[in-house]
Amino acid sequence: MPEAVIREPAPAMAAPSAWSRLKVNRGWLAFWFMMPAAAFLVLFLAYPLGLGIWLSFTDARIGRPGEFIGLENYEWLVDDSKFLLAVFNTLFYTIVASAVKFAIGLYLAILLNNHLPFRALIRAIVLIPFIVPTVLSAIAFWWIFDPQFSIVSWSLRQMGFIKANVDFLGDAWNARWSVIFVNVWRGVPFIAITLLAGLQTVQPSLYEAATIDGASRWQMFRFITYPLLTPIIAVVMTFSVLFTFTDFQLIKVLTNGQPAGATELMATLSYNRAILGSKIGEGAAISTAMIPFLLACILISWFGLQRRKWQHGEAND
Amino acid sequence: MTDLSKVLVAPPKAGLTDESEGMRYLERLPRKLVTVYLPLGIIVLVLLFPFYWMAITAIKPKEHLLDLNSHNPFITWSPTLDHIYELLFKTDYPLWLWNTMMISVAATILALLASIFAAYAIVRIRYRGAQLVGGLIFLAYLVPPSILFIPLATVVFEYGLFDTPFALILTYPTILIPFSTWLLMGYFKTIPFELEECALIDGASRWQILWKIVIPLAIPGLISAGIFCLTLCWNEFIYALTFINSTENKTVPVAIVTAFTDGDQYRWGSLMAGALVGSLPLVILYSFFVEHYVSAMTGAVKE
Repeated sequence: MPEAVIREPAPAMAAPSAWSRLKVNRGWLAFWFMMPAAAFLVLFLAYPLGLGIWLSFTDARIGRPGEFIGLENYEWLVDDSKFLLAVFNTLFYTIVASAVKFAIGLYLAILLNNHLPFRALIRAIVLIPFIVPTVLSAIAFWWIFDPQFSIVSWSLRQMGFIKANVDFLGDAWNARWSVIFVNVWRGVPFIAITLLAGLQTVQPSLYEAATIDGASRWQMFRFITYPLLTPIIAVVMTFSVLFTFTDFQLIKVLTNGQPAGATELMATLSYNRAILGSKIGEGAAISTAMIPFLLACILISWFGLQRRKWQHGEAND
Repeated sequence: MTDLSKVLVAPPKAGLTDESEGMRYLERLPRKLVTVYLPLGIIVLVLLFPFYWMAITAIKPKEHLLDLNSHNPFITWSPTLDHIYELLFKTDYPLWLWNTMMISVAATILALLASIFAAYAIVRIRYRGAQLVGGLIFLAYLVPPSILFIPLATVVFEYGLFDTPFALILTYPTILIPFSTWLLMGYFKTIPFELEECALIDGASRWQILWKIVIPLAIPGLISAGIFCLTLCWNEFIYALTFINSTENKTVPVAIVTAFTDGDQYRWGSLMAGALVGSLPLVILYSFFVEHYVSAMTGAVKE
């Protein structure tokens, strides 16, 4: 037991001084060890989080501390068609992108779980989109989606599928699907590699037993792979949904919310209102409106983790 | 069912482990070609194409960039370093790259130090409430920067950090500490407690134990956490966009978006060269530490 060791030494020959007692005091030591991390997290995370909620109830602007105005910001937002459109876009973006990312990610993980030559190399290559800074790969996509010189349009035209160039980012629905595609492109490697790590812990003997019992491939997936993978899926998808929901960089670079707000997400809208429009209170209200969604994700993840403990028959540690 | 009969007929090999062979002999090449290699090939192609396109655009001569028909756009026979030269010698790009590196390294070091202490205290000192603190740190992991940047901007302004590198060096650790603490907690748990017991009996202080026993043993974990943190800093955009105003203090992702888009005439060559040069350091670093990187990513999720 670790505790046994850390207890203060029994009073030996001479009574230890107050200082030497303090040096081995657990609470005191822990306090100093926790200090740096706590300082960062309180000053730059917990405090701003609270401040953000407070600001959302004020009419603060850049350079002017606001006054408390109650729910007025939220009352404005409820009638604000741009905000409502952003909420719709965010939900649409999150749900579609997460579902597609999950499907392709799981499929890719299963593919990579086969015996392949150069598997380590392929796995390393697959992760590259996740390594390269999102902004920089988004710029590459910006060029790929160029209305005039898009290589995709050009190739499709050469192959005779289309007559005119596709306006990827200029049309509302095209733009929505394009940003979703880029998000999926960037998110799939993370999901695939983490799920692959989960797949590799599944005992092959289970599949052998299932084969002998005459199970089909689908049955093996449904009754062996999927249940064993649920806990890790829960965590991975929570992260994925969370960060898709609060996505900012991709949209900012690719479309900046255009055309006509069709790709405006809540995060980009709050940036536009608070930083560019200098209405900090209103921007903070939009950010705060995202919190309930995030809490829902965290609760789902929590129950996913609980289930793992229950499945593995472990006590809560 | 032929597969089944084959399973039954096949003589069991002696000393067969789960890892080595398994049911692999059931797979046949033509089938595998269609069900595994083909889809895998398509996915890898789609994942890599943007980088190829980025690279090829960065080395194409200017006059070929917007002329897709007279030359095959997928390849260039007259590669040029013009765009990269322009980027490195006619813009502030080297400065931005330096800013990005300096800020990332500084923030990573700060975050790692703070996380080492916190993780050690949570796992080994086991003070009252350590469990709760561990849980809170995990929750901090789930707070995305997009809901923090507005209040954080006012905080940064109050502290007088606005438009200085310190605005980023001090705020990035909030993104990094939860993740790396969580990862290091996992690593520290695997270090046998007996080693520390021996050291305690020999009269070592907690500080000595941490630096002389725990940290040397947790080096792989530190590398994993460090590389992951570095990538996250490099990738960070929203704080850098909000807290930094002057061109000479910008980081690569922000600068490239704001600097190379003059009017509606985009300088695609320079833009792609900038994106390429900005990602290369990370990709090179990553290629040396793939395993650490993967273990950081999966370790943080599995814990």
